Amino acid sequence: MASGTQLGQVRGLGSAKHGAEHWIKHRYTAVANLVLMLWLVISLVLLPNYSFATMQLWLSQPMTIVPLALLILSVFSHFKMGLQVFIEDYVHDEGLKFASLFALTAYTWGLGAFALFYLAKIAFTGTPN
Amino acid sequence: MSNPAGRPLSPHLSIWKWGPAMAVSIAHRISGIGLATVGAVVLVWWLCALAGGASAYGSFAECASTWYGRVVLIGLTWAFLQHMFSGIRHFVLDIGAGYELQSNKTGSILVFVFSILITAALWAWLLLGKGA
Repeated sequence: MASGTQLGQVRGLGSAKHGAEHWIKHRYTAVANLVLMLWLVISLVLLPNYSFATMQLWLSQPMTIVPLALLILSVFSHFKMGLQVFIEDYVHDEGLKFASLFALTAYTWGLGAFALFYLAKIAFTGTPN
Repeated sequence: MSNPAGRPLSPHLSIWKWGPAMAVSIAHRISGIGLATVGAVVLVWWLCALAGGASAYGSFAECASTWYGRVVLIGLTWAFLQHMFSGIRHFVLDIGAGYELQSNKTGSILVFVFSILITAALWAWLLLGKGA
């Protein structure tokens, strides 16, 4: 096992059986992102102006808060998977790769938690004047 | 990972000849990284400002309307559209279509054309039409 090329070492072992999971989840979240981001961009573009009063009214509707929460979940899990692939492709040093993937996980969950907290605050306590 | 034989590792950036398909592929990664970092932070800052109230939102809006704020937002708009059209191209490739040389090249060029034209049209409308 220790000798030969990397390809030679793994040839004939079969797949790890988890290869498609990451790939298909990336596509599922991509479809969700397509719908939710188009909704966000079109909603924002169609607002009459971007004053605080307009944003308050827009954010007071469940049909704004719920899609925004779904968008956070879908977009954040999608970019976490995407950046993971990027790190695995370009960072070949094992220690640096481990640190990068750990930092990515911390970044995604940390920022995502703040995003959902602010959304919940807006949803349940409203936007202060 | 040890690579004693010095064999090339994917994705072989140094040995590819530049063409539309390669450009759209690397632009997909660059726009994705931009959206995941700058885009996500701006999104959370925007939510934070909205949750904070009128004066916090006022600071955000003021920052967003400076020239550098505009550059970031226009850049994010392009990155989003580039990543979206490129992503739609990936869906087509995923079903096994669009690999013929000519259609693959045309699709790659169209991704750039659409993302640039729609970014320009959207911001022309926002700045000139709505006076935002």
